[in-house]
Amino acid sequence: MRTHGTRLLLRAGLLTLLALGATFLLDPYRNYQLATSAGVFAAVAGLTLLVGLTGQLSLGHAVLMAAGGYGYALTATRVTEALEGTGAADGIVGWLVPLLAGVAGAVVAAGLLGTLLGLAAARLRGPYLTGLTLALVIALPSAAGIVPGLAGAQGVSAPFVPVPDALATLIAVEQWHAWLAILVTACAVTPLVALRSGRAGLRMRAVHDDETAARLAGIDPGRVKAGAFVISSLAAGLGGVVLAIATQQVSPGAYGLGFSLLLVVAAVVGGLGSLGGAALGAVLVTLLPWLVDQATAGLPADLGHRLQGNLEIVLFGVVVIVVTVLWPGGLARLVPKNTPLSQNTER
Amino acid sequence: MERLVFLLSTGLARGAVLALFALSLVIVYRAARVVNFAQAAMAIVPVYVAFAVTAAGGSPWLGLATALVVGALLGAVVERGLLRLVPQDNPLPGIIVAIGLVMVLQAGLAIAFGPDHRPVHAPFSQRPFDVGGISVLSPYDLFVLIVAAVVMGGLALLFGRTSLGLQLRAAAFAPETSRLLGVRVPRMVTLGWMLSIATAALAALLLVPTGLGLDPHAADVLFVNAFAAAVVGGLDSPVGALVAGLAVGLLVSLVTGYASAAAAPLAVLVLLTAVLLVRPHGLFAAREARTA
Repeated sequence: MRTHGTRLLLRAGLLTLLALGATFLLDPYRNYQLATSAGVFAAVAGLTLLVGLTGQLSLGHAVLMAAGGYGYALTATRVTEALEGTGAADGIVGWLVPLLAGVAGAVVAAGLLGTLLGLAAARLRGPYLTGLTLALVIALPSAAGIVPGLAGAQGVSAPFVPVPDALATLIAVEQWHAWLAILVTACAVTPLVALRSGRAGLRMRAVHDDETAARLAGIDPGRVKAGAFVISSLAAGLGGVVLAIATQQVSPGAYGLGFSLLLVVAAVVGGLGSLGGAALGAVLVTLLPWLVDQATAGLPADLGHRLQGNLEIVLFGVVVIVVTVLWPGGLARLVPKNTPLSQNTER
Repeated sequence: MERLVFLLSTGLARGAVLALFALSLVIVYRAARVVNFAQAAMAIVPVYVAFAVTAAGGSPWLGLATALVVGALLGAVVERGLLRLVPQDNPLPGIIVAIGLVMVLQAGLAIAFGPDHRPVHAPFSQRPFDVGGISVLSPYDLFVLIVAAVVMGGLALLFGRTSLGLQLRAAAFAPETSRLLGVRVPRMVTLGWMLSIATAALAALLLVPTGLGLDPHAADVLFVNAFAAAVVGGLDSPVGALVAGLAVGLLVSLVTGYASAAAAPLAVLVLLTAVLLVRPHGLFAAREARTA
């Protein structure tokens, strides 16, 4: 078990270093896109684990990301303001303390909302949970308008994280934000990998495959489902932190139903339950809209106006239907499985 | 007092539309045992067709009839052409395909008709009647109530008093036994989808003149509210859908009037959460057998 854990950490560290190194090959805009994809990846990883292992479909992960983003932005802003009076605002403390406090705030906010939803998830099956999370997404703009401090449709701004002086000559600010994004995402996804291949993942599969049998084996299905939802929410919340760092803005409009559906698309296309697939799916849903924009830019204004923002949604919809009907397993099926544990536990 | 009467009467008219849409969800749930998450998108396609027909010089009534036919056809095409290909042993693939369908239909409509809101005029005045100094229903609200009552009565007759209705109910409750007794179960499932989408299209058509105008997402909130109503009433209970639809309509109208329009989705969310946690099978549904 110990060697397994060490190997997992080593692999995670290696992948993170690779991703950090890759930022040197990209121009600033590509680095911004990389940061966005990383944030989406964290949320999709949480979602794909939830859907693939426990069979619960959530349309509300955009709201959980928003909860993380709001938690981060509000906490980090307060801490920055508090530090300004003390004279510690300069140097490394000036940005690191608000950042860490913000991440803690995001974990608390997403964790609380995730726990509430998890309690519901423990009692509900299939379409009921999906419908509840759908109602949650629709209610987000209302909640932002009514809860004081969330500043309605305009949203709140997150503090800008400046490049540290030691690195200022070396990297641009977009690259620095991509680094932060990669590190936060690594912290969000690595526990999911450990969980998936460990005992908790086995329990989730057992509950998903046959609830009665799992109960007879001494597993509490309600607790497993609720726990899966909370963990998935935390990953989504950290994804929200990444987007808040990259865009310095959290508003309800950015986390609507359309965005929630994109997260589902990424999870389905990548292959439900596969974290590597989630990474590919996340890159796809961030890059394809941009590619479509580039492709339609040369068209006549009227046609371009109609296609803009819609053509990629049609494509995503078709892909989701085709993958579900003809090719369940998604992109993850391209890569042969080599972990013996998953061969034993997956049907 | 005046305000309360006005809000109650408006809520009743909105509730009738909600009840109709909730009923369409119940019909498809009873026929195929699925919650159709594409119901809003599938209902708004016929509405676009209806307005295209009306705009091309047809009468609004021709548009209405076309919408019902197109809705029924769309239901049949989606059920036969798409959902029958999806594995049925658990609900997840069906829900995911429905989500894909929502994206295709709504974005497709935005491409075909342009993304802007299209203003829509009601066939009747929306200025409320004045009864003894208190403004109550508008002629259009009255029209909505009458249409909803007629359609619900017609559906009740169809399901309760005709041989076809008996076959539809039998196919939904005991597919294997019905098949042995000569009921064409797959045909009944398709018929259920056709009835459901036509009813949903009618509800969306009645809703659109009271809202901001026609756009591909015009029925999204209606779907969420109707889903809440259908769950509150119990997904397989038409009477539950009717009562809960009216109740949710009244709730939305009162919250909008006394708090703010923004509070309405939160009120529906709270109601849905409370009912799901206390009585997941709804207030009117027959108790299901214990599963574990």
